[in-house]
Amino acid sequence: MTPTVPDPHPEERPVLRPLQRTGWGFRLLVAALLAVIAAGAYAYVTQLRLGLGVTGLNNRVTWGIYITNFVFFIGVSHAGTLISAILRVTGAEWRRPITRMAEAITVFALMVGAPMVLIDMGRPERILSVFRYGRLQSPILWDVISITTYLTGSLLYLYLPLIPDMALLRDRLTEVPRWKRALYRALAAGWRGTPRQHAALERGISAMAIVIIPVAISVHTVVSWIFGMTLRAGWHSTIFGPYFVIGAIFSGIAAIITAMGAFRWVYGLGGFLTDRHFRNLGYLLLTFNLLYMYFTISEYLTIAYGAEVKDTTLVHALFYGAFSHVFWVMLIIGLVLPAVLTLIPHLAPIDLLRRVPALRPIPLGVGAAILGGVGATLHVRGVAYVNTTLGVHHDVVLVAAGVLGAAAFLALLPVLKQRPVASIVLASLLVNAGMWLKRYIIVVPSMALPITPTEWATYQPTWVEWSITAGAFATFILLYALFAKIFPLISLWEVREAKVPEPAPGARAQEVVA
Amino acid sequence: MSRLRLSRRTFVKTLIATGAAATLPSVAKLAETWAAESHSPHARKTQRRWVMVIDLAACDGCKKCTAACQKEHFVPFGQEWIRVFETGNNPYDKQNFPLPCQHCEIAPCVKVCPVAATYHNDEGIVLVDHNKCIGCRFCMAACPYGVRFFNWTEPKHSPQEQFVQYSPEFPVPHRKGTVEKCMLCAHRVKIGRLPACVEACAAAEMWAIWFGDANENLVTNGRDVAKLTDLLAEGRAFRYKEELGTHPRVYYLLPDRRDRRPADSRKPAGKSDDPYRP
Repeated sequence: MTPTVPDPHPEERPVLRPLQRTGWGFRLLVAALLAVIAAGAYAYVTQLRLGLGVTGLNNRVTWGIYITNFVFFIGVSHAGTLISAILRVTGAEWRRPITRMAEAITVFALMVGAPMVLIDMGRPERILSVFRYGRLQSPILWDVISITTYLTGSLLYLYLPLIPDMALLRDRLTEVPRWKRALYRALAAGWRGTPRQHAALERGISAMAIVIIPVAISVHTVVSWIFGMTLRAGWHSTIFGPYFVIGAIFSGIAAIITAMGAFRWVYGLGGFLTDRHFRNLGYLLLTFNLLYMYFTISEYLTIAYGAEVKDTTLVHALFYGAFSHVFWVMLIIGLVLPAVLTLIPHLAPIDLLRRVPALRPIPLGVGAAILGGVGATLHVRGVAYVNTTLGVHHDVVLVAAGVLGAAAFLALLPVLKQRPVASIVLASLLVNAGMWLKRYIIVVPSMALPITPTEWATYQPTWVEWSITAGAFATFILLYALFAKIFPLISLWEVREAKVPEPAPGARAQEVVA
Repeated sequence: MSRLRLSRRTFVKTLIATGAAATLPSVAKLAETWAAESHSPHARKTQRRWVMVIDLAACDGCKKCTAACQKEHFVPFGQEWIRVFETGNNPYDKQNFPLPCQHCEIAPCVKVCPVAATYHNDEGIVLVDHNKCIGCRFCMAACPYGVRFFNWTEPKHSPQEQFVQYSPEFPVPHRKGTVEKCMLCAHRVKIGRLPACVEACAAAEMWAIWFGDANENLVTNGRDVAKLTDLLAEGRAFRYKEELGTHPRVYYLLPDRRDRRPADSRKPAGKSDDPYRP
């Protein structure tokens, strides 16, 4: 592209470049994602053919990682809309470059999360019965209503601020394929940027920003009520609504930081996604981390102190029983480490770690990985025999791996302190993984818990479930990657507006102040 | 166009008002059905109120009830619609505990079903309509007794099974992807027969399971006929997880009650004021 007139906004080029050119990296990524999705589709066809018997689910643990994925993705969907809406309503000016990415996460997370329930159904062809015979008394109907409202609202809320950018692309990207130009022209909806259009758009966006907040809160509340309305230990809890909403916003913030980190790195959007954005979102992440810790302590302390048999059975299984591996990993990587990583610039003693001899990240990390691999291998049933003849308990190896891993993490801290953005992105990745595990810890143990005079039930997800899960994540990434190829990831007009403040009569005061 | 001009605001307002007006009757209807369905099960006067009484003192844990049930309904492999547990707090306190669907009057499974596939029939039996069930398994998560089962794969069909005309009262042939459970032999009681498990228990000369109609206050174990209220009072009946408020229609008679109470206290207390006690 050789513009004849000087480009008035050269800083926007990195945003527009991905829309104009497609490199091999992108094609490779799409091919890889499509392969994963195809594997997931094959797994789903197998499941349709043979029934849910191909999963690890059974008559006791009737919900497994499909429902875990559902809760996880619906949680991630709070990234966007809620965060961008709250930041908009409170007039936080720094939000401008990140709102679009956040809103897109919402839409795609919902598009991937909601069908997980369909995949979990024994009779997916009867999905329309939910509308035909739907009983409003059933929390599932609450979810259907709430999630469809949220998806509709989020699409609108994604689209409205897109209009001026669509017009901008329509006028500026004249060398892109025809379908793209037609798309931009259609989506621009005749936007010419007149004051009247601006006023109407602003009103629409403000209204949507306010409307979407209670809808978003309702969504994760009713998701929690699917569990909360039953009489099961660990689920039947009044804390569940707010607990889920906080967890959703927490994982949503982590998701947007991850996306920002990825796009800043891949597309070189450092001019828009500055260190300040990562720092601010890191503080938000820390706030919700602390809130989530508070809720987690409240939850377990209350039921453990009351010590009803069904509750203590559950707490024992989580703290040092069958689910303790997942539980402690979740707590450490989902809550504790991210808290340290987001606080890293303020932790002065970290520099002292440099002086400790032998505390070097690479050898320690390699050691931890080797020991972890050995420990995990010893867990495999066939190897267990060899293990007993050697006389080494596999948990000893795992604990040693954990100690080395912790040392490696400590060794890494001074390095990360030099790179606050990297450490916040790392924290957000850990939070994503931790929150998925947390959803697993919510769904599965309460179902495996004996409710009649029997033993604990077991659940081991099969390749079908893992393939479909991988396919779901790949679909999410693919949708996002395609979005990034068609639409600008940064809301250009909003960023421009911030740079040239036009205090028109009646303009919102807080914007000018901020 | 210009004469008929309707401002957007007025249009949206009218739309919302119309929508609200259209929704109101359905909300009223909802409240009505909700009240009828789950909140006051005794408001509905039904012809029959089938109940089951299981005498834990008489049960020797032979599991013939389970076998008879499986034969009667061609129960798919891996399911036990009436399951006999062995309970007890120590080795000297072993107790057999047969557990069919409790046919709760306030049934958690009926509450949560999104499509009304699981419901109370007119005689208080909790049934599943396998033509409606979407297989979401919410009822299985909601059931505090763990008596619901899912057809994870296509069940094996025996030749006899193929000739049965499906009805929720006799849910055969079984279908993949739907939820199954004890239906209190609704197809048998309709024609005056006892449930298969009751008959099998009588055939094994144990007579541990009683079945009857709470409206008539009569139950039978296949040999004797008893007044339900007498039987419950004498047997010091309890219901499983009574504290959950599900009001099961299955009663259990205490296993260790024999010769432990003075004879005069065995007299029934008479008609109780408690509506939940027949």
